[in-house]
Amino acid sequence: MYSTVISGALQGVSAYLVFVEVDVASGLPCFSMVGSLSGEVKESRERVSVALKNAGFDLPPKKVTVNLSPADRRKEGSAFDLPIAVGILNALNCFGQSAAEEILFLGELGLNGELKGVRGVLPIVREAAARGIRQCIVPAANAGEGAVIPGIRVRGAENIGEVFAFLTQGQEEKEELLSGGMGDVWGASAQEREDILDFEQVNGQDAARRAAEIAAAGFHNLLMVGPPGAGKSMIARRIPGILPPLTLEESLEVTSVVSVAGLMEEGKGLVKTRPFQSPHHTISLAALTGGGVSPRPGMISLAHRGVLFLDELPEFQQTVLDSLRQPLEERRIHISRAGGNVTYPSDFMLVCAMNPCPCGYYPDRNRCRCTDPQVRRYMRRVSGPILDRIDLCVELQPVDIRELKSRKKPESSASIRERVLRARRCQEQRFQGTSRRFNADMEVSDIEKYCVLGKEEQAFMEKLYCSLQLSARSYHRILKVARTIADLEGQETLGVEQLLEASCYRPSLEYWMM
Amino acid sequence: MKEIRVVRRGDGEYPRRLQEIPGPPGELYIMGDLPGEERASVAVIGARDCSEYGRHVANRLGRILGKNGIQVISGMARGIDGIAQQAAVEAGGSSFAVLGSGVDICYPAQNRRLYEKLKTAGGLLSEYPPGTPVRAWHFPPRNRIVSGLSDAVIVVEARERSGTLITVDMALEQGKEVYAVPGRLTDGLSAGCNRLLKLGAGILLDPGEFLEELGEIAAKRGILLSAGASGEKEKVPRDALPQTAYRLLTEEPHLRQLYDALDFLPRSSEQIKERLSGEWGEGQTAAGLMRLCMERLAVQVSPGRFCLRGEE
Repeated sequence: MYSTVISGALQGVSAYLVFVEVDVASGLPCFSMVGSLSGEVKESRERVSVALKNAGFDLPPKKVTVNLSPADRRKEGSAFDLPIAVGILNALNCFGQSAAEEILFLGELGLNGELKGVRGVLPIVREAAARGIRQCIVPAANAGEGAVIPGIRVRGAENIGEVFAFLTQGQEEKEELLSGGMGDVWGASAQEREDILDFEQVNGQDAARRAAEIAAAGFHNLLMVGPPGAGKSMIARRIPGILPPLTLEESLEVTSVVSVAGLMEEGKGLVKTRPFQSPHHTISLAALTGGGVSPRPGMISLAHRGVLFLDELPEFQQTVLDSLRQPLEERRIHISRAGGNVTYPSDFMLVCAMNPCPCGYYPDRNRCRCTDPQVRRYMRRVSGPILDRIDLCVELQPVDIRELKSRKKPESSASIRERVLRARRCQEQRFQGTSRRFNADMEVSDIEKYCVLGKEEQAFMEKLYCSLQLSARSYHRILKVARTIADLEGQETLGVEQLLEASCYRPSLEYWMM
Repeated sequence: MKEIRVVRRGDGEYPRRLQEIPGPPGELYIMGDLPGEERASVAVIGARDCSEYGRHVANRLGRILGKNGIQVISGMARGIDGIAQQAAVEAGGSSFAVLGSGVDICYPAQNRRLYEKLKTAGGLLSEYPPGTPVRAWHFPPRNRIVSGLSDAVIVVEARERSGTLITVDMALEQGKEVYAVPGRLTDGLSAGCNRLLKLGAGILLDPGEFLEELGEIAAKRGILLSAGASGEKEKVPRDALPQTAYRLLTEEPHLRQLYDALDFLPRSSEQIKERLSGEWGEGQTAAGLMRLCMERLAVQVSPGRFCLRGEE
């Protein structure tokens, strides 16, 4: 007997359907599998036959052939266990031929027949829904993740026995079996955010707070320079909390990456908070950008739609930092390895922090004994191309004890977020119908279109250009940042004030390199 | 111009000032000129890793001395030495560097521009033959030539235990006047200067005043300050703002307020805000400060710190 069962496989963060074809025929007893399979898929043969035996199904001594189609794409992972098992039972006529039709199966089997969670359920379910499949059965651990996709019924099963029971039941009884809902998870709990980290807890550092607000509003990359303990990481960690909340589309993208990386928390549905990734400076190139024989997403993809925070920027390996150039430009990364070529999204906001010198206290010459060449060398470790992609630079001062104690209460994240949201709405209107989303995405042509200067401002900018000895690149960056500042204030046109303030944050390490 | 000359003791060209010091160098290798015998010369020395304040003062002193035709002698080191010499030649004056290596070696390499400039706007001197590499023990003897060629020595910034103080010792031994720039008690980089003041060094408060005193010193030694030097004194234009800047500050009182809150010590916008009255938003302060920078009234010394701009 021959049968086909639908399953799916990952290709980057997207997925494609895989058809598991099983044939059981008389002949010398054997169990063979074909279809460009990797090691863990081949091992599926052992898991499936033992799991079926332990679940109470006796496999007859026949010739079993399994093919995973399309046969020319390499299959990986353990999610094919369940579809293969179902395909064998189906080929053995254990339930009606049509029972397993139009259902997508995913899941890893234990030897006792239990179903274990797998990675990449969300993108596969999404693809299935797009291809018109209306039902799927996944391990119970992944049911929440799959259920966020509208238009497809995702059922979670604990073991192969439950799946078998489901497939043998009539239509009415089926509804009662196997839990799982349809894509309504978003609406119910969209507001649930846990912000333990709040800007309320940051005393002083007005300049850095302001820069963080502007950066969040326009999704600009930010560099913070300051002595140890000034609060650089404290501020960085609070930036996701003032970013606009994820939209459904963004949330699906973020969840897909997390799912592909196999980092989904059990039973969790959509990821609703902006990611914050803070790799240690010893991180390898592959861990940052993604890699492996069959490439998995790296930190930059896990930070997609959120914040990638690089603390101690000059301590990162030069090659690692330079690998950020392409993803920062294209907002995604292509990885080519033996296992195939994949593209992962990497639209993150880069927040960097660094000390101004090896000891950290420059320019406080009472504490810092670093020589000028040492300071210069330290600064040079941050390569120009990375600096070119940073829109805002802010310096933090050592915190004064008086500021820790007294002073008025710092503004909370909630009230900062309100202004950020207003700026976000301005940008939504501005970029309607284009691929841009934030001011930071603007190219030179967009800047000319959206950052129109009046006659007075034009003359002013020319003067500024000369007196600050700007380059063309920093000129455009100032316009971009000024656009965001104007958006924060709800202003239609760019004024002198916004241009001046933006110029204050222009990134340049020349100050320390004199 | 580029060739290296040797002047030996007993040669007519050998600097008169050096003949008077204990242990004069037997021979001097020179690129460019020797300091003029008839013109006053002043050594400006100090720490290599100087502070913003030291940078500012060295720059200002160098410029004023250069403009007034006084020769600036120093060691072309990083920090105070190089800054003062650079400022002097930029102001059209002449400056002389005494090196701790052969004159054909530019050390430190970062002062290459100054090194090249000194070949025409002054000179490069050394008692070590060309090709001699830099050695740590070359510097203390070199310092006796720096002070020996000068009529007065100004210490801009020095720590309590600093190599600069070796030069001071030699200067005193040679009977030269020593001046120190006072600093704050809390600044480690001013501790050496303040100590010198306690020990009786001249206090350098106003460059104009210093020029007057230098005139007296020079007269005693039979040297004339060059023409115009004693007559035309540079005043710090703190009150005499350029016309346009003055108009701006009167028209915009909030900028005036910001301007008044600044001084020569770099401060963060927060520290500046503390000195302002009324509510100042961070954005408003930043914009105002940048406006002052644009009008060349203030300097953004680092992304977050501002101070007044010195005279041009």
